[in-house]
Amino acid sequence: MKRRSVLKFATMAVAAFAAFGAPKAQAEWPERPITIIVPWGAGGGTDAVGRILASLLEKELGTPVNVVNRTGGSGVVGHAAIAAAKPDGYTLGVATVEIAMMHWAGLTDLTYADYTVFGQVNLDPGGLMVSADSPYETAADLLAAIKAEPASTFKASGTGQGGIWHLGYAGWMLSEGVDPANVPWVPSQGSAPAIKDMVAGGVDFVTSSLAEGRALIEAGKVRPLANMGEERLGLFPDVPTLKEATGSDWTIGAWRMFVGPKGIPEDVVAKVVPALEKAYNSPEYKEFMDGRGFGMTWRPAAEAYEFMQKADEDSGRVMKEAGLAK
Amino acid sequence: MDVILQAMGLVFDPYVMMVIVLSGAFGLFMGAIPGLSATMATALLVPVTFFMPPVPALAAIVTATAMAIFAGDLPGALLRIPGTPASAAYTEEAYAMTRKGKAELVLGVGLSSAVIGGLFGAVVLSFTAPVLAEVALKFSSFEYFWLACLGLTSAAFISTDEPVKGLISLLVGLLIATVGIDPTAGHPRFTFGSVELMGGVNFIPAMIGMFAVAEVLRSVTATSPLARVENGHFGNVFRGVGGVLKQYKLNLLRGSVIGTLVGALPGAGSDIAAWISYAVSKKFSRTPEKFGTGHVEGIVDAGSSNNAGLGGTWVPALVFGIPGDSITAIVIGVLYVKGMNPGPTVFLEQPELIYAVFVTFFVANLLLLPLGYAAIKSSTQLLRVPRDVLMPIILMFCIVGTFAINNTVFGVGVMMVLGLVAYVMEENGFPIAPAILGLVLGGLLEDSFMTSMIKADGNLVAFFERPIAAVLGVVTVAIWLSPIVLRMRRKGASPAGDV
Repeated sequence: MKRRSVLKFATMAVAAFAAFGAPKAQAEWPERPITIIVPWGAGGGTDAVGRILASLLEKELGTPVNVVNRTGGSGVVGHAAIAAAKPDGYTLGVATVEIAMMHWAGLTDLTYADYTVFGQVNLDPGGLMVSADSPYETAADLLAAIKAEPASTFKASGTGQGGIWHLGYAGWMLSEGVDPANVPWVPSQGSAPAIKDMVAGGVDFVTSSLAEGRALIEAGKVRPLANMGEERLGLFPDVPTLKEATGSDWTIGAWRMFVGPKGIPEDVVAKVVPALEKAYNSPEYKEFMDGRGFGMTWRPAAEAYEFMQKADEDSGRVMKEAGLAK
Repeated sequence: MDVILQAMGLVFDPYVMMVIVLSGAFGLFMGAIPGLSATMATALLVPVTFFMPPVPALAAIVTATAMAIFAGDLPGALLRIPGTPASAAYTEEAYAMTRKGKAELVLGVGLSSAVIGGLFGAVVLSFTAPVLAEVALKFSSFEYFWLACLGLTSAAFISTDEPVKGLISLLVGLLIATVGIDPTAGHPRFTFGSVELMGGVNFIPAMIGMFAVAEVLRSVTATSPLARVENGHFGNVFRGVGGVLKQYKLNLLRGSVIGTLVGALPGAGSDIAAWISYAVSKKFSRTPEKFGTGHVEGIVDAGSSNNAGLGGTWVPALVFGIPGDSITAIVIGVLYVKGMNPGPTVFLEQPELIYAVFVTFFVANLLLLPLGYAAIKSSTQLLRVPRDVLMPIILMFCIVGTFAINNTVFGVGVMMVLGLVAYVMEENGFPIAPAILGLVLGGLLEDSFMTSMIKADGNLVAFFERPIAAVLGVVTVAIWLSPIVLRMRRKGASPAGDV
């Protein structure tokens, strides 16, 4: 009799504990797998960054983290999918620099303000490259020639019309008081085809990041003239910044942000940010980024959000001046 | 020599060999299921390769793709659905042979020429990689424009029975290719406000729809029972193969050479290699009228070409980090992750790893013989399954495969719509292969033309100013003019009829 009542009590206690404990356990994020949306194709740079972060966060958070590629529409599709996800912390994503440009071009209404930003995980400054057989040895030489020769003598490339490196080029010209239209932009399907086309003699210079031209620079087919970042790169310490080379204050870079839809609860953000910072500081991440030649830059949540805000204003200004905005 | 021995040591390791055999079986499965392409096999392998050292990781991709490209012939010959885009060029031909009761021969020839083409590609990759890449690297948009024109011209060759219908089909493909963001101006076209359509019509759902869904529809709506293959299982698939290969040994060589060269051109892979080889085969055949009626000649060319192309695509990828096709675009990502940054320096820094890749190419293509043979043997199951059971399964795989590309239902919608379009087109005698080719090459054609015009400030003469462009341009124009001459010569050629 007594034993039975003890058992009964124990059962009741467990039930009560479970009843009170349950809502608390449910609030314990993460309790199920997390999905990371990558707005670009499998095998690309953003995909690789998303995947390495997923594997590192999986260890930090103790739950499976899956990467899903949502491509198309020059990144609009994937960025829209991240913003439209339920803000419960189970659908996160990697936002790229295009989010600061697409809405100016009239492709979408989405902006940085539609996201919860956890941190910036990468920054690749723009560059300036010519073919190894080009007569221009420095950025100043090239600039002088662009100013001296009639419009349309030179052709530039590096990405599609209105893409990040087109913006990099236009911003540089504007900072030097040159009309960007003097050098027609030859749209390409990305940096690699543009650099290849330059080596084949199709265009005169390319403004992609130097990391993207690494293989051909190391092969002696491409001459790097400058990088459009704040300081020299670890990968190419001999290449001056644009400021050192021509005195221009213009800087630009492609960046990647770890984000989620707007309105993710504070307690989830408070868990993601330190986990992300830990992943960023891990030797695996550093090894991976160095291996791919990607620039390491870390900005935590609020700082990253401010950075996106500034990047958005900058690109809006230049795109309007260069006639790229709609 | 030391390096080669070292590389062999890396490949002939029990773990690596196990990876090769498993990924070979995986590749055969992926290739044989319509809609699951060699590219998709590679993409699905990438997460697995993250856990492997560089050599098995790359070996897995090399083996899986080599197997998948061959296995694409199986459903092509047995069900008239190419398993991968690389088999699309000669699917009609292979199926026509199967209907003539020559299924064993077509598969035996397909396998043998795949092995020979693959080995040829491997030899070229190993010995002339840097030289070939130098040539391909000199191609600018002017050369690509002519290359796209050559590719589209081959569409006209493939459907010469009714050139007008072929041309209309080609234009349908080109029209679909214009959907999405304009590559030069960055302006959305024909998107009707849909964000999904801004990325254009993805080629893989389109191909799955136009080949597979249309086939499913045809099977569902067929009022008379479809002609079934007589033999329930295959005998010796190698019977008669030796004779065919001996008779067409020049085709074998030509297909392998074209495949490797086209593969080495950035952006053009096995599928385009197969189209071009098939067209060239028909063009130079002594019996061009037999093409399309179940004639083995074109299959020797194209079957060796697409496997040779695989080796070719790795040339620019390894030497300069420029992908030869969509598969090697993924491979480059893997190379970076494994610390083998593509470029000439990798040949100096880690030659044993590069040579291990070369050795893998040989191993994979030799392994294709037994594994491919086993695949042919088990493919007879496809014939035993009644079509009303098989078709829903195929449709299911199509939907899963289409969904897997972008993880969206939108791709499934594209597949269904284009499946209907293709079904209606075919029921009215319009060939769909030109439409597919127009869809594949439309982007390249427009892009290379527009960028060339921007570079040349609108001067059309620029298309003939660069030496390589001039040669390609003259060849293309000559091919365009040749049908007029040929038409005059052969007047009474009988139409091949619907197959």
